[in-house]
Amino acid sequence: MEVAARPPRRLLAAAGVGAALVLLPIGLTLLRAAEVGGPRAAHLLFRPLVGELLINTASLAAVSVVLAGILGTAIAWFVERTQLPGRRFWAVLAAVPLAIPSFTTSYAWISISPDLEGFAGAVLVVTCSYYPLVYLPVAAALRGMDPALEETARALNCGPVGSFLRVVLPQLRPALLGGMLLVTLNVLTEFGAFALLRFRTFTTEIYVQFRASFDGPAGSLLAGVLILLCLLCLLAELRMRGRARYGRIGSGTRRAATLHDLGRARIPVLAGFALLGVVTVGVPLGTVLYWLTQPGAASITPAEVSPALLTQATLASVLYGLGGAAVATLLALPIGFLATRYRGPTVTLIERTSYLTQGLPGIVIALALVFLAVHYLHLLYQSALLMIFAYGIQFLCLAVVGVRAAFAQAQTGLEDTARALGLGPAAVAWRVMLPLAGPGLGAAAAMVFVSVVTELTATLLLAPIGTKTLATQIWADTSTLAFAAAAPYTALMMIISLLATWLLARRFGQSRVRLATSSLA
Amino acid sequence: MPHRLLLQRSAFAAAVLCGAPALTLRALAADHPALTLYSAQHEQTVATLVSGFEAETGIHVRVHSGDGPEVASQIIAEGSASPADVFFTENSPEIAKLDEKGMLAPVDPKTLAEVPAKYDAPDGDWVGVLARENVLAYNKGMIAPDQLPQSLMDLAKPAWKGKVAVAPSDNDFLPVVKAVLVAKGHDAALAWLRGLKANAKIYDDDEGVVAAVDRGSVATGIVNNYYWARLQAERGPAHMHSALYHFGHGDIGGLINVSAAGVLKSSKHQQEAQRFLAYLVAAKTQKLLADNTVVFEYPLRPGVAPNPALKPFDELQPPPIGVARLGDDSGVVDLLTEAGLL
Repeated sequence: MEVAARPPRRLLAAAGVGAALVLLPIGLTLLRAAEVGGPRAAHLLFRPLVGELLINTASLAAVSVVLAGILGTAIAWFVERTQLPGRRFWAVLAAVPLAIPSFTTSYAWISISPDLEGFAGAVLVVTCSYYPLVYLPVAAALRGMDPALEETARALNCGPVGSFLRVVLPQLRPALLGGMLLVTLNVLTEFGAFALLRFRTFTTEIYVQFRASFDGPAGSLLAGVLILLCLLCLLAELRMRGRARYGRIGSGTRRAATLHDLGRARIPVLAGFALLGVVTVGVPLGTVLYWLTQPGAASITPAEVSPALLTQATLASVLYGLGGAAVATLLALPIGFLATRYRGPTVTLIERTSYLTQGLPGIVIALALVFLAVHYLHLLYQSALLMIFAYGIQFLCLAVVGVRAAFAQAQTGLEDTARALGLGPAAVAWRVMLPLAGPGLGAAAAMVFVSVVTELTATLLLAPIGTKTLATQIWADTSTLAFAAAAPYTALMMIISLLATWLLARRFGQSRVRLATSSLA
Repeated sequence: MPHRLLLQRSAFAAAVLCGAPALTLRALAADHPALTLYSAQHEQTVATLVSGFEAETGIHVRVHSGDGPEVASQIIAEGSASPADVFFTENSPEIAKLDEKGMLAPVDPKTLAEVPAKYDAPDGDWVGVLARENVLAYNKGMIAPDQLPQSLMDLAKPAWKGKVAVAPSDNDFLPVVKAVLVAKGHDAALAWLRGLKANAKIYDDDEGVVAAVDRGSVATGIVNNYYWARLQAERGPAHMHSALYHFGHGDIGGLINVSAAGVLKSSKHQQEAQRFLAYLVAAKTQKLLADNTVVFEYPLRPGVAPNPALKPFDELQPPPIGVARLGDDSGVVDLLTEAGLL
């Protein structure tokens, strides 16, 4: 590919818009945190509660990351390396939890037993919702691994367990650690699931501060600490991703790995997979079905469910989903194009900046935008446009990954031919690039759409007056323990999310969905 | 020509993508409201009220809901550009704060006269609408009624370690803290909160506290009577494992929280807003609030009987701390923060 020395200025400027929008909430939050001033900041930061939050967050991250790591690796190994009956089916089933919003999983469990409040429930929900973030990259690594090394180890009299630990596991390390860091990032940024489980973390406490003082200084201080934690995590993940290649000299032909015969262990392993399906997919879907058949108690429902309200909420969710997808994709277009066609420090900087959104909690973005709008941009305050832009910022990373992949697949040769035949750059973009990359761009937009429909935090803070979405309705009902009333909204949200993900996987193959979901935070 | 087809398709996709935000905006900006209500009251209560008002007057009301301190701070941050016409809140301190900042317009004297003066703003800038009682919910299987504390202050004593639940981030907890602050002073209030911090299981909201007490996770919980009544309505009296303990003899624990409403000075719909306030305290409305199975608050208009599930209003023995003495909620959040509860 011919790499032009210098990207056109207009393209750089267009790409810079997305990057600037990402830096806006980060800068604003850190600035506001810094404004609080030394003694008061110290007083607010070095208090028992912040320590409690750190301990809560760290211990949850530690336990669930280890559990997700073990579970994800085990599933990947059984699916990719054994003669497990129906392994193609299990391979898909094990990825399904990613399409179920984690706060609906949380709703399902807490409505079964209130004893799941707190740490135990949080570990359960986080592990169930996020183990695919380990499973998918590890399975991909297993598929891409040369079996020769493993076979050599076996031939040298290393047992099956020994050869796994000494040969396979070290090769899996980049994928495994990368996945585990993604789980950590999700623990840091998750809000809805923990709020329903009444488990206190930074995100839930920032919301408490918002409820106590709207845009007070304590909230921005906590948000500042959370941003720093996320950036740390993201940095580690980026380093890990950079090292994600395990060296292999020579490009000899690689055979497919021999699949291990499970023998008598087949039955317990199958039972394990069945149990996994029941716990991670069966319980959320089953609980919602159960609550759908129960009469809703009017006394605890903030707003009684009616067909009109259901339609209104669904329509609002879908429209905001489309709006968010459009904005994110439009912001990502120049960034993705720049990243596939040009090199240079500015290009890298812009692309990396867009990746920051992966570690930017929705509540932090929303809080910063509320502050900005109420004090300086009153025209945008409480507007649908502001909310759509919040989504655009929050899911920019997702869109950039998709857009980049779409442009990378389009052959540059065709562009050059078109230019040689006399088309201007704009005409090339419109008549050649867009048609070639079109389906990939559609996939990127669809991924953002799903994420917006299942988004809760930014929606809660930014929804214009009177706007009800599926997420805000589920939130209103579940926080007053009106589980039956929340069921129709939850069911609709799950249907939209599962359907969209399924269509996406069918249309573009699992690889694209994997690519996108593995960058989902 | 596959290319041509693709081009058409992508042009279509681009049109859809760009059209979506515009469509969204149009669809969501469609209703032109006549009155904007900023509410920190329970959504059920507000929904009942708003539909009644709309039917009676034909004036459309759009509602923004949130927690009391949040919505009050929001109105202050919005300043004179606030879209709010009416603020209707669960507890008086939040609206008292707006009053102190001079953000409220005087309430129509006729409206004020419908409710006993002790539940209205001393300067007449907001009107009391409904009331709730601060209570202690207890699990009948875990603690005997004669073991329950004489005073709310007792719950900070070491004997209550692990036996009490509170929701410091629920806006209904703030008035009782303010009452302790007013009655006992800063140091005693802080010591009480520190004791609570050592003893209490912490929940996010009063819903969480009553549910925890009822299922036996904790023996007692400080809540407003409202939440327990609602849980009982949901589960049915036969399935309740908990009951309410009313602090007597004017103990601070029996504080009455007044839910109040006021009109923003910056409102461009003064007339309609005053009409909404008049509607809130009208006999018909107050009776509507008392007679249904979703509200569970005491109507403040004299002569309207409350929901029979509640202890009769005249049998309550609240402390001598009225809305005027209670004032705003200043200092409460700092105090809770200092005690480690927030």
